[in-house]
Amino acid sequence: MRNKRVLVKGVEAVALGALEGGCECYFGYPITPQNEIPEIMSVELPPRGGVFLQAESETSAINMVLGASAVGTRVMTSSSSPGISLMSEGFSYLIALELPCVIVNVMRGGPGLGGIEASQGDYFQAVKAPGHGDGKFLVFAPYSCQEAYELTAKAFELADKYRNPVMILSDAILGQMKEPLELKPLKIKKISKEGWALTGAKNRPARVIRSLFLDSAELAKRNLTLLRKYQKMEREIRFEKMAEGGEKVLVVAFGSMARICKEAVLNLRAKGYEVGFFRPITLFPYPKKALAELVSSQKIKKIIVFELNCGQMVEDVALSLKGMGKLISKSYPPSVIPFPEDLEREIKKCLNSSDFPRV
Amino acid sequence: MSQLFRFPQSLKKTLFHYCPGCHHSLIHRLLCEVIDELGIREKTVGIASIGCSCFLYFYIDVDIVEAPHGRACSAATGIKRARPDLLVFTYQGDGDFAAIGLGDSLHSASRGEKFTVLMINNTLYGMTGGQVSPTTPLCQKTTTTPLGRDPQVHGYPMKIAEMLGNFEGVALSARVAVNNPKRVLSAKEVLKKAFLYQREAKGFTYVEFLSACPVNWKMDPLSATKYVDKLTEIFPLGTFKDIG
Repeated sequence: MRNKRVLVKGVEAVALGALEGGCECYFGYPITPQNEIPEIMSVELPPRGGVFLQAESETSAINMVLGASAVGTRVMTSSSSPGISLMSEGFSYLIALELPCVIVNVMRGGPGLGGIEASQGDYFQAVKAPGHGDGKFLVFAPYSCQEAYELTAKAFELADKYRNPVMILSDAILGQMKEPLELKPLKIKKISKEGWALTGAKNRPARVIRSLFLDSAELAKRNLTLLRKYQKMEREIRFEKMAEGGEKVLVVAFGSMARICKEAVLNLRAKGYEVGFFRPITLFPYPKKALAELVSSQKIKKIIVFELNCGQMVEDVALSLKGMGKLISKSYPPSVIPFPEDLEREIKKCLNSSDFPRV
Repeated sequence: MSQLFRFPQSLKKTLFHYCPGCHHSLIHRLLCEVIDELGIREKTVGIASIGCSCFLYFYIDVDIVEAPHGRACSAATGIKRARPDLLVFTYQGDGDFAAIGLGDSLHSASRGEKFTVLMINNTLYGMTGGQVSPTTPLCQKTTTTPLGRDPQVHGYPMKIAEMLGNFEGVALSARVAVNNPKRVLSAKEVLKKAFLYQREAKGFTYVEFLSACPVNWKMDPLSATKYVDKLTEIFPLGTFKDIG
């Protein structure tokens, strides 16, 4: 049987991916540009025996997620930048309590109320410090509706696998862009939560899920346990690369910006320019090793990082390359979106110039 | 022969960390007696909040999850919506329920979420050292109202049980005290009723306990117990809504 093809927006692909991933509960609060997700979930979840509830705020929504996760259900929320900031205390608790869930951030321009057009301004927030303390998310950045669907579904399995929140970091371009989606059934594993979920202390001792450790040694140990878990997440690292040798410049970008970049790179390559492309799909853990290996094995001299923000991911690229090659940051603050031709011009400038400002 | 005294099964045999004269330990015990008498220990999940009672799980032998400050009602909502078969309670102070968490609390009540709230009203922030809270009576001195609560500066004490009495989603809203044996017995009856209503999915159930905080009230335990009588003039005991 052929897979069903549908024409959907990125946010609709996220919602369909969540249903494919076995999402049982959704809690959220309206915010543009992601309202289609709660709207779809409000229609789709109740008939499947699931729960949809619109909370009175993002702070409430994320704590409803906390409750539903504690009793072992597959649960998610979605929001956009200002709403994500409001949830960040809850994020820290979810990480500390090792409660799996999926969080979708359809980024919009900031700071403050900013705008409702695309931005990648929440990169640092997503990958460095989703909440207070040392916690981390597993972060995926889809760049197409197909990838948004597949990664969101997979996120539920990985959240359960690591007992950790997984974030889908998207933006208003991908979120509101329509393209064909192949609704293929995915093999998303069910992972038993019998060993830890709160289901009532029947035939077992009572369980406690807590994050308060007043004993200093105990808290240090707790943090190290979590750190080891983040290190294990490196197994989930995904990326896309296009560089077979002889490339003089490597373009690095993620999410929607990577989509624009890829078109620019393909156009240039078709014209014979020696340009490579690297797209991290996992933003935390960052594909540091893969990027460094690519640059060193292909002897790439110049690396150009395009972002829809004031320059954030470029710092992870710098950490990955440890001084290898010349690094240039081309940042496009929200919400003026460049065309592929604009990027082609920048890449050509980089190819031609013997010198350019270093980051 | 009927047994006159029994250690509640749901209460762990450990020493309380609470200060002398604090009413938390009494209320913990009442909660455990109710859980035992209703035979619901194996399907109960509690929410520990932020405050002196954050270590609830050291004493109460049921499944417990910790919620961020003020978010107990939202966490309870998530649990109860996901698993309506479980019996869910939150255990919160006046700061947690009525200050930082008021939005979560009132919206949960308004939605008629089917869980039980134990709100321990000691009229100040106990764990952080006795600062003013939404339920601090006028003129009461706290560490952040050193001259006493002045309504022109700090506003008026909030009467939560009365307020919730007007909510359509609320099945039971009551204020009780545990500063004398008669009140202890009647508090237990009200708490038991709250869990029964929850079991019957009648709506949001709220039991507010006036509770002594001798250390932060700067009183000895006996005077603090007597001061609860005075508090009942501002916060009258009684049932403000009972849908029966």
